[in-house]
Amino acid sequence: MTTPVKNPETRVKRPDEPLFKRLTRQQLFIPVAALALLVLFNLIADPSFFAVSVKENSLGNPVLSGNIISVLDNASELVILAIGMTLVTASSGGQDISVGATMAIAGSVILRLVCGGQVTADTMQMNLVLAVIIGIAVTALFGAFNGTLVAYFKIQPMVATLIMYTAGRSIAAWINNNQLPIINDLTFKYAGTFLPGIPVPTPIFITVLVILVFWLVLKFTTLGLYTQAVGINANSSRLNGLDPKLIKLLTYVILGVCVAVAGFIRVSRSGSINYSRIAENIEMDAILAVALGGNALSGGKFNIYGSILGAYVIQFLTTTLYKYEVPSTALPAYKAVVVILLVVLSAPVVREKLSSMKKAPAKAAKEVS
Amino acid sequence: MKMKKVLSLALAAAMALSLAACGNGSKTPADTSKSNPPAGGSSSQQPATPPASGGDLITVGVINNDPNESGYRTANDKAMRDMFTEANGYKATFYNNNDAAQQIAEAQQMVQNEVDFLLLSPAAMTGWDTVLKDAQAAGTQVILFDRMLEADESMYVAAVVSDMPAEGKTAVDWLAAQGLDEYNIIHIQGHMGSDAQLGRTGALDEKVNAEANWNYVAQQTADWNEETAKTIVQTVIDSKKPFNVIYAENNGMARGAAAALDAAGIKHGKDGDVIIMGFDSDKWAFEEVLAGRWNYMGLCNPLQAETVDQIIKDLINGKEPSQKITYTPEQGFDCDTLTQADVDKYGT
Repeated sequence: MTTPVKNPETRVKRPDEPLFKRLTRQQLFIPVAALALLVLFNLIADPSFFAVSVKENSLGNPVLSGNIISVLDNASELVILAIGMTLVTASSGGQDISVGATMAIAGSVILRLVCGGQVTADTMQMNLVLAVIIGIAVTALFGAFNGTLVAYFKIQPMVATLIMYTAGRSIAAWINNNQLPIINDLTFKYAGTFLPGIPVPTPIFITVLVILVFWLVLKFTTLGLYTQAVGINANSSRLNGLDPKLIKLLTYVILGVCVAVAGFIRVSRSGSINYSRIAENIEMDAILAVALGGNALSGGKFNIYGSILGAYVIQFLTTTLYKYEVPSTALPAYKAVVVILLVVLSAPVVREKLSSMKKAPAKAAKEVS
Repeated sequence: MKMKKVLSLALAAAMALSLAACGNGSKTPADTSKSNPPAGGSSSQQPATPPASGGDLITVGVINNDPNESGYRTANDKAMRDMFTEANGYKATFYNNNDAAQQIAEAQQMVQNEVDFLLLSPAAMTGWDTVLKDAQAAGTQVILFDRMLEADESMYVAAVVSDMPAEGKTAVDWLAAQGLDEYNIIHIQGHMGSDAQLGRTGALDEKVNAEANWNYVAQQTADWNEETAKTIVQTVIDSKKPFNVIYAENNGMARGAAAALDAAGIKHGKDGDVIIMGFDSDKWAFEEVLAGRWNYMGLCNPLQAETVDQIIKDLINGKEPSQKITYTPEQGFDCDTLTQADVDKYGT
């Protein structure tokens, strides 16, 4: 648990504190506890949940298969989005609700480029790396649009991003003239499925790579420090020589880049797109991941590893629910239960109560002795 | 500070404009004047009603769903737009939305504009009573296409729709004819409550209940969503339950299911271990069947425009349609009998 900028509160050791309180004070307590709970539930209900086997896919490659692999694989987009969302939340104290729609835009741009404007293409018409870079540039631009509204026009993030939330999917459709393009080139699907000869799904590698990049950036640059400073108090950070507007804008652009990577993974899973369905409601899951990670949605201090864990918890929950054949339409209701628990547990009033409850018996015991 | 206010005002204006511009490309002329409440009674004798003056053009208002919803809807919307043009003698207003409330508000507007015909593909089956009554009072004839709504038959002159229960029955009969010893089915349903889902599910439910060797391994709605369908099948594979049939209620979901099978190396299609069935009319799906990667596709014909056109022309010539509900001709295709000619003819 190496937080990039350590909170002075956690740095000070308080050996006289009860263990429980020290644990709950940790930011990662909630996501780790939630994950442990899910693992425990599955271990008791059906330990075969964790079985991983090697199968041969339709192309004759050996591939890993099992619920755990599915969780790691399917969580990829969410993890990448959650990282960007954490930065945006920390700097601007609000969330970008347009990430699902801009993922559609990224996917649409990439598909249009590799299909060369055709409806179905059997081979890629453009270098894939170039197409992805253009996709990244486009959503970074949309990120900059959102960021400008938030940072320079001081519009509430949720309202500012509502514009792209509403218009994004129409823009995505417009990019491809309302056609639903399909690419049959197998190499296009490498990023969303498997690389030949490698049994681990490619999205897992991409996610690890993205996490690594952010780990390096947060370790060796001042991005993390500046983002928190701006989020905690924009005015005092301005007085200390930072440009809060620029930093807010930057976090939205970074989220835009994350969105493009997630969008690319999503379209390369199937080689096609459905504008109104792709990554539907993923923005809510991304925000939930940030909250689950113990990050304050009002900005300031953040921990991207918490959000990453949060994203995996959400996917773990989803896969578990599917395994027990909960109707997919009922999934949001179960997630809502998690949100309620989370919000209530992290409310300052409840936390206070919880720690005093634990303290009381300890005190009583001391008095007796 | 004043500068900021001006800027934010300008921005708000730009936002409003950009949102209006993205309204699914509806070419409604009266889009900006929605101040009059859509109350009952045809009290609106507006002098500014633009249509009815287009020479001898027939004015029609077309209310449809979002063309991006699926390949089926894209084809359906395009066919309507290609048919109802000035070249074909129509002055048409189009409106696309998946929200029934918005559709109803727009339909109300069209009735007030006194269109000759209101063509409706309702997003929800209920809530249309006021519109239908107003239309009757205003002398606007209502023709339903693609989807039905809950109303007395006298409230509309004709309906051109797909016979969903028949589609389901054709598919289930085909599946029964495959003569498997045991049917272990993953059933991926569409949006619950839509008539496509009800029809296609109904036939299969009946058969599974009636036959001892027909079982559901999983029955789940994926809400027409390919990604959800993939997850459902993936979960069944991970839980190692045996299955040999995937009955997906549209092609997109069938594709998601096939992707999950591919990833796990399960052979599907002709000579495969798992039968894949889809519905609708997408050309790419026809090609999957033709290539033998899928086994069956139930055609759901999105091209009702010609039939609607014929009904309108007949009505104008004083000829009532011979039946209230016209079913578009449909059939099932399987990988053994499908030909390239069929693909070219029916694929959209």
